[in-house]
Amino acid sequence: MSRLKTEGIKIKIETPLTDEVIEQLKAGDLVLINGYVYTARDAAHKRLVELINNNTPLPFDLKGQIIYYVGPTPAPPGKAIGSAGPTTSSRMDSYTPLLLSLGIKGMIGKGQRSEEVVKAIKKYKAVYFLATGGAGALLSRHIVSAEEIAFPELGTESIKKLLLKDFPAIVAIDCHGGNIFRE
Amino acid sequence: MRKIKKEDIVNTVKKLYMDAVISLPEDVSKCLLETYEKEEGLAKEILNQLIENQKIALQDRVPLCQDTGIAVLFVEWGLEAIYEDGDLMEAFNEGIRLAVKEGYLRASVVDDPVFERKNTKDNTPCIIHFEPVMGDRVKITLAPKGAGSENMSALRMLKPAQGLKGVKDFIIETVKNAGGNPCPPIIVGVGIGGNFEKCAILAKKALLRKVGESNRNPAYAQLEKKLLEEINALNIGPMGIGGKITALAVHIEYAPCHIASLPVAVNIQCHSARHKEAEI
Repeated sequence: MSRLKTEGIKIKIETPLTDEVIEQLKAGDLVLINGYVYTARDAAHKRLVELINNNTPLPFDLKGQIIYYVGPTPAPPGKAIGSAGPTTSSRMDSYTPLLLSLGIKGMIGKGQRSEEVVKAIKKYKAVYFLATGGAGALLSRHIVSAEEIAFPELGTESIKKLLLKDFPAIVAIDCHGGNIFRE
Repeated sequence: MRKIKKEDIVNTVKKLYMDAVISLPEDVSKCLLETYEKEEGLAKEILNQLIENQKIALQDRVPLCQDTGIAVLFVEWGLEAIYEDGDLMEAFNEGIRLAVKEGYLRASVVDDPVFERKNTKDNTPCIIHFEPVMGDRVKITLAPKGAGSENMSALRMLKPAQGLKGVKDFIIETVKNAGGNPCPPIIVGVGIGGNFEKCAILAKKALLRKVGESNRNPAYAQLEKKLLEEINALNIGPMGIGGKITALAVHIEYAPCHIASLPVAVNIQCHSARHKEAEI
């Protein structure tokens, strides 16, 4: 069974993430994420790794940041963003250890991660958050602003800087080796 | 003969797609509420979000899920209905195109799967399964299918000797491997028999049945029930974090097959089991 927390106990956290905050987070904790995060999914990850391999500057400083695996729907008039729930994280597994080694401290997605990613999360003191898949309408209400900062040609897969307010997530894999999918 | 006009197809498809992505069928919605009552702790918290999400999607007219899918259409075309307005497929795709634009849906289709993978920007082409039927009516069922659950689906050509056990093992194994990826609680669509492509289409069709409505054949209904129990005993739970309910239902559709074959397809549907139908 997974570690069940009493309903209503939610930990507020802010980005960029510090080691101090990450150390306190345990698999099964309910958190409310505040501050800026960056979106990237399949195609954006491929591009980021190409830039890294070519020693080209990246569109944002990776240090302490959270990547949200999301490809939102277009913003309807009057809204910052459309539906914006997490996509399957395992598709990004092959890129993740490298990004963690360069300073990324958190990921938001859905589903399990590979053994390599679990190890890298521990090694680089990071954290993997689970957001509720399919709850894109609800999660969009916790995204205050969205600004496209790289790869506009990728459409929904471009990199966007999102400002989150009390974005609900669950700590799925912590830096101490705790893993909600295995407990 | 009854004439079907291009605008009838375009407008119907557009409306079906725009409505389907913001609201769940009543049976699915009701089933999620029942699941909420049964779960506890984090699993309950997730279901609470899913229930809230439905209200917000309708209020804000924002899709339930950002993956507004690839549009899969089942079209029952009455042979006494004729279409004389040119390219019929184009009419269906025009409906999709307009829904994506006016409903602010996500463009998730790439033109070729391996090389360029260039986004078509309007979610076309859609995937259509035509079935000729008696009469002069055209019935269109549109199911936007997201990739999270579609990617976890599988098909296997079993040996007839593997029989019932082989069928059950393969279905359970597929659900187990999928874990939290397809956004459980899921609906498990199973196609058995036919041939390679027929069983896959049956599995998809099985997802359109009302949640929990059993197969009319008692033996298959029994198998659905047994599989649902075994799947829920896996403790995958909502979003894979553990819990009592992993699947809302198992729906099996079957067809006659070759003496040497036993094809089985498992098409997994996430909790956002969107589909709408209309008749022209």
